[in-house]
Amino acid sequence: MDLISRALPLLIRGLGITVALGVVSFAIGSVLGFLIALARLSGARPVRFAAVTYVSVFRGTPLLVQILLIYFGLPQIGIRLEPIPSAILALSLHAGAYLSENFRSGFLAVDKGQWEAAFSIGMAYRRVLQRIILPQAIRVVLPPVGSRFISLMKDTSLASVVTVVELTRVAEQVGSATFRYMEMFVIVALIYWVVNTILQIGQEVLERRLGRAY
Amino acid sequence: MTGESEYRIRVKGLRKRFKRLEVLRGVDLGVERGEVVVVMGPSGSGKTTLLRCINFLEEPDEGQVTVCGIDVPCGPGARRREQMRRIREIRMRVGMVFQQFNLFPHMTALENVIEGPLSVRRMSRSDAIALGERLLTRVGLSDKRDEYPSRLSGGQKQRVAIARALAMEPEVVLFDEPTSALDPELHEEVLQTMRALARDGMTMIVVTHEVRFAQDVADRVLFMDDGAIVEQASAAEFFARPQHPRARAFLRLVEHNQPSDPFAQPEVPAPS
Repeated sequence: MDLISRALPLLIRGLGITVALGVVSFAIGSVLGFLIALARLSGARPVRFAAVTYVSVFRGTPLLVQILLIYFGLPQIGIRLEPIPSAILALSLHAGAYLSENFRSGFLAVDKGQWEAAFSIGMAYRRVLQRIILPQAIRVVLPPVGSRFISLMKDTSLASVVTVVELTRVAEQVGSATFRYMEMFVIVALIYWVVNTILQIGQEVLERRLGRAY
Repeated sequence: MTGESEYRIRVKGLRKRFKRLEVLRGVDLGVERGEVVVVMGPSGSGKTTLLRCINFLEEPDEGQVTVCGIDVPCGPGARRREQMRRIREIRMRVGMVFQQFNLFPHMTALENVIEGPLSVRRMSRSDAIALGERLLTRVGLSDKRDEYPSRLSGGQKQRVAIARALAMEPEVVLFDEPTSALDPELHEEVLQTMRALARDGMTMIVVTHEVRFAQDVADRVLFMDDGAIVEQASAAEFFARPQHPRARAFLRLVEHNQPSDPFAQPEVPAPS
């Protein structure tokens, strides 16, 4: 009990950092993934090539390596980022690559007749996307994107290796100071689990609402 | 905008290929205001592609398409932005009805119809709704205004699609095999709607195999084969005396397969 009361302020701070890392990276990653998906579907050839390469690289290498590269590698070429921005950059790029695949399959799931019908009444590309394609694609995309968000929440623990004091790092620090590793990691695991359970419930509510029959 | 203004649609030397396959090999066509042109021909003859080139769902490789006096500059030196602007202008004046309806499934019948007026014509919502209700009444579906497409029959869907095309108050409507995806007993409701539209003086190009419809309303029938218009005649002339051997063969085939004609007596009791 004593341990918990001493660790509690640190845990709360850590949780704040973890959630912030997850939410911010997810937001940036979503925008990135959305643009990449569009580029792959309708961009010019060099744009498509760049998009495919990006996705391939960030899906094909470990997130840990990406984080280390950004934090320890980039300073060598004169780009020096603080730990938290480094972690956010790596997590966003990583999530963006995966999310672009989800978005892409969502767009592709919408029948191309929908584009044609919308174009045939004179709608402009952006309008078609916004009014016709996205509302249909989102139903397809929500489950995999929700899972991606949850994975991302867990991936934030890797930020601990570049000295970001998020939940996992708090557990390590308190653990090494008190030799109560067992308790600390169990507590932290429980916190992750609760956060992700909340996310999962949120996703289910959203799915039910968007999935209403039409 | 004068000169060729009697033509709503003017197509010259239109060519289109998909990969190695040449789908249109030099098509010329003029459609005047108020004319109803029926396009027939075996599948793969290029009918649908011709239609889709007119509103630029397919971009022609060669030739010129002029719609309501608007042409789209092409070839090297043509600015993409200007092209897109012209294409959209054409699409605003040309409605299209698809074989597979392509209604927006996440919108009710009324919302489908008013999407164009709201998004493209920038109409106020109340004006758009008034227009949409009027059009749904015109196609006989005023009681379905709040239904989603999934709750409509094929014939009803296609009539909503016609109303959606009309909501742009187009000068021309293109029909791409509008009854081919429907059960035979649903053809007539769609054809009736199209007949009424023709009677009201709409300029129409209709790709269809419906011989009776063509006989009733077409001013002209085009017969396409292998990417070219091989015969062109008034409907009466075409069905009485088809000239091209492929047209003759095609008509024999189609007439035998006409969906249940309630007035026709079966010549021979169907075996089995």
